[in-house]
Amino acid sequence: MPRRRNWNRILLYTILGIISASYLLPIYMLLATSLKPLRDIGVSTMWHLPREVSWEGFQAAFQRLGPNLMNSILLVIPATLISTFLGSINGYIFSKIKFPGANIIFVFILFGMFIPYQSILFPLIQFLQNIRLYGSLGGLILTHVIYGLPITTLIFRNYYMDVPDEMLEAASIDGSNMFSTYFRILIPLSIPAVVVVVIWQFTNIWNEFLFAVTITSDPTKQPITVALVNLAGSQVIQWNMQMAGALVAAIPTLLVYVLLGKYFIRGLLAGSVKG
Amino acid sequence: MRKRKNKLLGFFVVAPTIVAIGIFVYGFISWTIRASTANWNTFARLASGVYESVGFRNYERLFQDPRFQTDLWNTLFFTLFFLTGCLIMGIFLAILLDQKLKGSRIFQNIFLFPMALSFVVTGTVWNWVFMPGTLPGNPAGINVFFGLFGLQSLQWRWFTSTDSIGNFNFALIPVIIAAVWQLSGYTMAMYLAGLRSIPDTLTEAARVDGASAIQTFWKIKFPLLKPITLSAMIILGHISLKIFDLVYAMTGSGPNNVTDVPAIYMFELTFRSNRYSLGSAISVIMLLMVAIVIVPYLLSTMRKEA
Repeated sequence: MPRRRNWNRILLYTILGIISASYLLPIYMLLATSLKPLRDIGVSTMWHLPREVSWEGFQAAFQRLGPNLMNSILLVIPATLISTFLGSINGYIFSKIKFPGANIIFVFILFGMFIPYQSILFPLIQFLQNIRLYGSLGGLILTHVIYGLPITTLIFRNYYMDVPDEMLEAASIDGSNMFSTYFRILIPLSIPAVVVVVIWQFTNIWNEFLFAVTITSDPTKQPITVALVNLAGSQVIQWNMQMAGALVAAIPTLLVYVLLGKYFIRGLLAGSVKG
Repeated sequence: MRKRKNKLLGFFVVAPTIVAIGIFVYGFISWTIRASTANWNTFARLASGVYESVGFRNYERLFQDPRFQTDLWNTLFFTLFFLTGCLIMGIFLAILLDQKLKGSRIFQNIFLFPMALSFVVTGTVWNWVFMPGTLPGNPAGINVFFGLFGLQSLQWRWFTSTDSIGNFNFALIPVIIAAVWQLSGYTMAMYLAGLRSIPDTLTEAARVDGASAIQTFWKIKFPLLKPITLSAMIILGHISLKIFDLVYAMTGSGPNNVTDVPAIYMFELTFRSNRYSLGSAISVIMLLMVAIVIVPYLLSTMRKEA
């Protein structure tokens, strides 16, 4: 038996190794191309490793995308923080202070996270034009905060559901009111949920494209995802810069994933509305 | 007494959210539906601000439009193959990783990291990978890769191909591969969570009764994974019905719209050619498609909870 088990292991590792290699293939391509100097880029040698490492592509990418990288940072930080806070307090009310009709209202809120945003896009833009936020990062922040409400509320609500009611009741007997119960008891318990929501919002807002491309038309205001696509639209594509740009756009979320992968997975699974 | 006060107070705390969602989701959807029945198909007509109902004329025009027909077929086939691909890869990888191998964490991370990337980034990279070049003399991308191994027969025009079987455009295949690459890890994570929640005692009992590993899987584990399959289908399905960024960054509409999808057509109509009402009609159709998938799911999860 042990010998058979060994063979099984080897087979398993081989299969996993082959699949992993094919999953990593595009990443190999991304790295290899981005580190080549422009003159070494040709279709016949595109799978070769760089003969010499060149930062030319990254320099060009930073020059072109630097301001947009900054825009993405200025967008993602306030949008993430505000929507996390709102999600938390909403989650508290929808899990612990159930006013009449809370459940049905919650379903209506939840529907908002599944809609194709195309179906609200045009009126949204007109609205942002009316309040003079169209084309600005402020407009994008507002948009992400509002359309982030359903998912952030959901994650916190599910998390707070598992906090025993007795714990909150004990506090209220001590004469603590609803808000101080929230701030004193629930917030300190919320760290794991906060991490999940922050990661989720950060990744989604950073990676988002549809709102970004339609709400910001001025290239100096655009987040990095839009700038990256526009980079490809310009005359002859400099593939080393293009790939370096893709990597620059990907690094923040990849870093979050590498450092906090466990919470990232939890957010992913929470996003599938566990019942 | 105090509880009632709290409930009232609680309602006031969430009231801004309710109002915001009411306006930004439901109000705006109603506005889009109204716009889809107007004749705002030039900028001047929109700017005039006059609403004149044309009934369902925009919808009729869309369904007679060959490009929109192609979009619907593309959505159907994309959804079908993307779902199948993700589910098969997802459960296969989950089973492999559930074997308590050393280092399975590393593999899990490799399969899952694409999920952390933007569709725009993956679209850019996959565009470079599947760039066909000029065949047969001057291949590019993955065609070069096949050439290195003497697999010239596998070289073809990928997302620039205009070949099809019936209404299935082959050009969608590379887009489907990219989408499966990005989301199969997610499906794997869902299945893995499911497999790990099955108590060992259950599988142990089956083993004692003389069931083989394969029997244990099909007779015991697989039925328990059904709800996960359903959730995954709904989540992935609604993603594929509204897919936009990946296609936009990777291929665009393609020759003869072979890789066009409703979201791209909507984007071009609304933001490139000022045909707001037609664009709105597409987004209403997209919303309906998503609602058919999502509403029963939402209602059933909520009922389970209550």
